[in-house]
Amino acid sequence: MKKSYDVIIVGIGGQGTVLASNVLGDACVLEGRHVMGAETHGMSQRGGSVETHIRIDGKYGSLIVPGTADLLIAFDVLEALRYRHFLKSDGVMIVNREMVVPTSVFSNKLPVHKIEDVEAELKMWGGKVVLIDATKIAEDAGSPLAANIVLMGAASHTLPLAVESLAEAVRRNVPPKTVEINQKAFLLGREA
Amino acid sequence: MADEKEKKYLLGNDAVAHACLEAGIDFASGYPGTPSSEVIDRLRAKKDPWYYVEWSVNEKVAFENALAAGWCGLRSIVTMKHVGLNVAADPLMTSSYTGTNGGFVILSADDPFAHSSQNEQDSRMYAKFAQIPCLDPSNVQTAHDYIKSAWDISEKFKLPVLFRPTTRICHSKSDVLLGDENPSTKKGAFNKNPKQYVVIPANTRPLHVALTKKQPEVAKYLVEAGYNTAEIRGKKAVIAGGISISYVEEIIPEDVSFIKIGAYPIDSVWLSEIISKHTEVLVIEELMPVIEEAVRQVAGTVTVHGKLDGYLPHEGEFSPLTVASAFEKAGFAKNPFTTLPAPAEVPVRPPILCSGCLHRSVFYAIKKVFKDGIFPSDIGCYTLGLQMGSVDTTICMGASVTVGSGISHSIEGAEVVSTIGDSTFLHTGVNGLINAVYNGANQTIIILDNRITAMTGHQPNPNTGLTAAGIASPKISLEEIARACGVSFVESVDPYDLTHLLATLREAKEKKGVKVIIAKQPCVIMNKRLGIKRSKYVVDETRCTKCGACLKYGCPAIETDSNGAALTTNLCTGCGVCADICPAGAIRKGGAKE
Repeated sequence: MKKSYDVIIVGIGGQGTVLASNVLGDACVLEGRHVMGAETHGMSQRGGSVETHIRIDGKYGSLIVPGTADLLIAFDVLEALRYRHFLKSDGVMIVNREMVVPTSVFSNKLPVHKIEDVEAELKMWGGKVVLIDATKIAEDAGSPLAANIVLMGAASHTLPLAVESLAEAVRRNVPPKTVEINQKAFLLGREA
Repeated sequence: MADEKEKKYLLGNDAVAHACLEAGIDFASGYPGTPSSEVIDRLRAKKDPWYYVEWSVNEKVAFENALAAGWCGLRSIVTMKHVGLNVAADPLMTSSYTGTNGGFVILSADDPFAHSSQNEQDSRMYAKFAQIPCLDPSNVQTAHDYIKSAWDISEKFKLPVLFRPTTRICHSKSDVLLGDENPSTKKGAFNKNPKQYVVIPANTRPLHVALTKKQPEVAKYLVEAGYNTAEIRGKKAVIAGGISISYVEEIIPEDVSFIKIGAYPIDSVWLSEIISKHTEVLVIEELMPVIEEAVRQVAGTVTVHGKLDGYLPHEGEFSPLTVASAFEKAGFAKNPFTTLPAPAEVPVRPPILCSGCLHRSVFYAIKKVFKDGIFPSDIGCYTLGLQMGSVDTTICMGASVTVGSGISHSIEGAEVVSTIGDSTFLHTGVNGLINAVYNGANQTIIILDNRITAMTGHQPNPNTGLTAAGIASPKISLEEIARACGVSFVESVDPYDLTHLLATLREAKEKKGVKVIIAKQPCVIMNKRLGIKRSKYVVDETRCTKCGACLKYGCPAIETDSNGAALTTNLCTGCGVCADICPAGAIRKGGAKE
């Protein structure tokens, strides 16, 4: 039944999950392949947890069922943990080593997670787990805002898309003034 | 026809907006509402458009503007979210009687699961209620194709056509095959015809008869034109509509018939004939059982499964999983999604007010001054004030004012503080204010004035001073409106000046009657986009007593370090309210402007 390659991109509203999804979508169109994506818009974007589903070669609905995704790309370790159950048992996880503690944890005086503990829990996942300092690498490339593109670079080894298509899609989707920084971010992410 | 090269990866709403250009529209109006807002936003972003485009003050206003354009022979569209259609229901219900001269399309986007809405109503019921055709796409491509043809249907039957996508289509993306833009040079003309446009009783009765007569023709056409189709493949059948069609397509076995409903009304003669070829049918549609009721009316001895016998839920959004479970329950196919892993336990991360948002300081001040107050609120980002305990009711646009009046007349001595955004106030808050003053309510109304319609994506409104097309508009004054309604206590405050804000609230509390306070600060997201920066605030850890007062304020820029002392992060936008809250004076302006 399943012929699509299903990717979940998760993060916090404002981190650039939608731009990352556009890169994947445009890469598919460049290769003449079908693609379906589902996004979070509206109020959820105000600092809330956001998820984007992308089905490469998808022809039907855009939603991915828990337990069936091939790849999870997370902009934050807590969000990786939150959406981990979407992956199939041998699914791959590519995670930015960043943790933004939800504000409600501070305002309600709940115990604050340690990033090492969250990373340790992620590593217990049965499939492949790639932890990457995407924000730091993005800073090296010229802007911490390019962390999403670093993650795309890191995912390029796993995605069933040609690296040339992804690189071209990056070029088309980022603001014109930042093309160079993002191209560098993509390459550094690929090498990381 | 466009070739494969013109495929683009587009958001559902972007594809819909492009289809409007392909259909050569002349007129577009709407009121923002998730998940519909991007359609007008894309239409207004086009440089030198050949058509007229406006953000209207509410959906009724938007509807009547677009209806008039249709009467003038133009191709028009009005856009809104499903609950907006309630506001526009008055003209809707009679616009089917008058009909239209040019093509008139109503886009009403439904929101199963209420992702960003107050209910899960089904716009298809409105189409049935008003007796107008309704097009119900199943994916981004059909959303594009259906709305492109909607004006042809409207012009053919001289009826408004309702186009009803859902959130999962508006905010899905896919590779879409687009056509060419088709600029219109049409000029509007109004041909006087009181028998059609003046719906006095003597005129409206024959108009109703004519409307009823159109129904079977419309239903027949929707089958002939391929919106409603049937593939007979066995004795069992699945009948689906909307996004559910996409989920069914992925798992339907080859020996089960597939009936797709893309438009309403459904031709009962056609449906009856199709159903009679089967022994058992499963109806799959989100929200109301619109298809299912039509099926049950003609089913005779054929077994029908759907919502009404508990095979599928009435509520919420469907997923491939919902559909697969119903297939299994009906014995049509095995559910392929057998192993559902349990989610890990992670602290929730709900949306919150931005750091520096004016709403936060207002809600904080309300709680300080009105300890026993009742706080009706409204629809906007500020509904998030719920997290601060300063929102007690939210029902629909404008109701903070009217619910507040009702409470003031119901409970002697109630301290009522209503909060409403500037766009919502102009939408339907003004009427409530006039009513409150006229009928002697005792309430404080705080207009949260950030000069933009923020939650739906920063659309301009009359308070912004810009039209949808980016043309400067006459400045309107919320203060003058309040005074003109008869309010004598009208005060404007800077919500970043907490001391003044608290003093103004205390003053209002002491006074009888209707008091209006206008809290003015631009939306911080707009400030960021415009490059407006303030110095960040920092915590002097030697003075921090770890009392937690600033943390309770709930600003996303305030965290604690490993010792439990407060610290500000780079999310700080420099509003400085936390410095006023800190009892130890440990927070001061200090960081670099970023």
